[in-house]
Amino acid sequence: MELTPEEQAMLSGSHGEAVRKALDYQVEVGKFWGAKRFVPVTNVHMMGDIEVMGDGGLEWLQDTARLGARCVVGTTTNARCIDFTHCKRMGQDEGEAVKEKALIATLQRMDVVTTDTCINYQTVYQPHLGEHVAWGDTGTVIYANSVFGARSNFESGPAALAAGITGRTPAYGFHLDEHRKGTFTVEVKAKLDDLADWGAVGKLVGETHQSYYAVPVFHGLQRAPGADELKHLGAALASYGSMGMFHMVGVTPEAPSVEAALAGNKPGERMVIGDAQIEAVYRGYKLGDGDARLVVFSGPQQSLFEMKLLGELFDGRKVKDGSSVFVTTNSAVLAQARQLGYAQKIEAAGATILEGVCFYILQNLSPMRIANKWTNMVSNSAKIVNIIGAHRFNTILRRTRDCVEIACTGNLK
Amino acid sequence: MSVAIRVERAYGPVVEGEAVVSEEGFSPRYDLDRWTGLITKPGHKLEGTNIKDKICFFPTAKGGIAAGWAFFDIKWKKIAPKAFIFGVTNPVMVQGAVFAGITITEGWTPHPREAVRTGDWVRVDPKAKTIEILRRAS
Repeated sequence: MELTPEEQAMLSGSHGEAVRKALDYQVEVGKFWGAKRFVPVTNVHMMGDIEVMGDGGLEWLQDTARLGARCVVGTTTNARCIDFTHCKRMGQDEGEAVKEKALIATLQRMDVVTTDTCINYQTVYQPHLGEHVAWGDTGTVIYANSVFGARSNFESGPAALAAGITGRTPAYGFHLDEHRKGTFTVEVKAKLDDLADWGAVGKLVGETHQSYYAVPVFHGLQRAPGADELKHLGAALASYGSMGMFHMVGVTPEAPSVEAALAGNKPGERMVIGDAQIEAVYRGYKLGDGDARLVVFSGPQQSLFEMKLLGELFDGRKVKDGSSVFVTTNSAVLAQARQLGYAQKIEAAGATILEGVCFYILQNLSPMRIANKWTNMVSNSAKIVNIIGAHRFNTILRRTRDCVEIACTGNLK
Repeated sequence: MSVAIRVERAYGPVVEGEAVVSEEGFSPRYDLDRWTGLITKPGHKLEGTNIKDKICFFPTAKGGIAAGWAFFDIKWKKIAPKAFIFGVTNPVMVQGAVFAGITITEGWTPHPREAVRTGDWVRVDPKAKTIEILRRAS
């Protein structure tokens, strides 16, 4: 890699050991991908909690903090694994909660802003067209690249933290024009009335094109989607397809037309998605033993408008005895949802709102599943339905209204 | 030994071990029990396989940012594979493997299904970008 004089100085240790180690690590990653240089970043979003890091990760983080590591650009945190208010009732380990608090304190010492949200793009920071950032989780990255026209690769926790410490990231992948061109087209004829329908599109497209550098170009939609719909589409594409970017003609900033989005590429495929394919997605889930006692609205966290909708759907109803409903969001959305009365309606129905976490990464989730004898998990998020399998849940995607119905009646169809 | 597979990109030390060849992609978060090293996602083509100390061949990478810490976590718990050999991977897998010091490669010629079987003893040389078969599975 070609390094600037400043980067050479960083690598020689003149900016301290923490900076040297972080840049050295970034150089190795950059070399793997053939990066020729670094690009400065303005914002970093990192994943770091005790469930994903484990004891070894915490030890490493504390060592790094002791070396004097400090983030030099705005750095925020992704959703984490424990809501301390509900920790005990959820059956989470007290010892892990202590470690999680130590972990948060360590990040704060490194000037990390612990927002604990996977919807930073809706609530914290909205980069502009062409802005280089270093974000993770995958849902945040695909939203940044696609909807804002910003530039980020998937940056895992250690990689994002390194970017926060050095203020730069290797220039490969979606930082470069050549990888931002559409590679195939998807004509969307389906109506897509529910957030889960948008996730289903992401599943259909992602599952059949599993590649980080596959960039679908959506066109022909019946209407322009809202932010939450784009959120569910992007999260599902990133999850099922490991994709980091999509275009949507007339909606996303680098896609005024199909031709502009393809930017000279010949589409490898022309996919068409109609209502029949969406319905087939729902029919495709096996209902297992019919257990309908766990319904989850999470992965990504709920926006204020999703909280409003859930408040309306749960208003005056009760979650069936013996069933559990979990809704996750961030502290900012939850504060406003309380102020506006949405949260109270959700909680009055018997659902639990968890703050600053994602259900998928909850500490102790597998033992929690066993203790509660949960076999199925029902959700309106195509992403979480895909990613929670290692915890041995049988998962079922259903539309938002159907999820609420299942939660309140216990009838799974 | 003759070279069985050439890879396009590679990082890490030279390693030897038993090959596990998967027809399905992989995520250490979606598919793996990170306390035992067993692939536990119901229906995964390697469900029930333990990847500890193995040389793992996966056609694709799935998801997910959390994988970046997961490789370090399983290395720390001493249940990590010796190498990940991907047909197509993504940045997180590479960032995670480099962070954990686990050998990782991307791109292959020929496809492993034509050259390697699960149980073969193989040697991965990232600098030479080669994979050799040292012993065939009995």
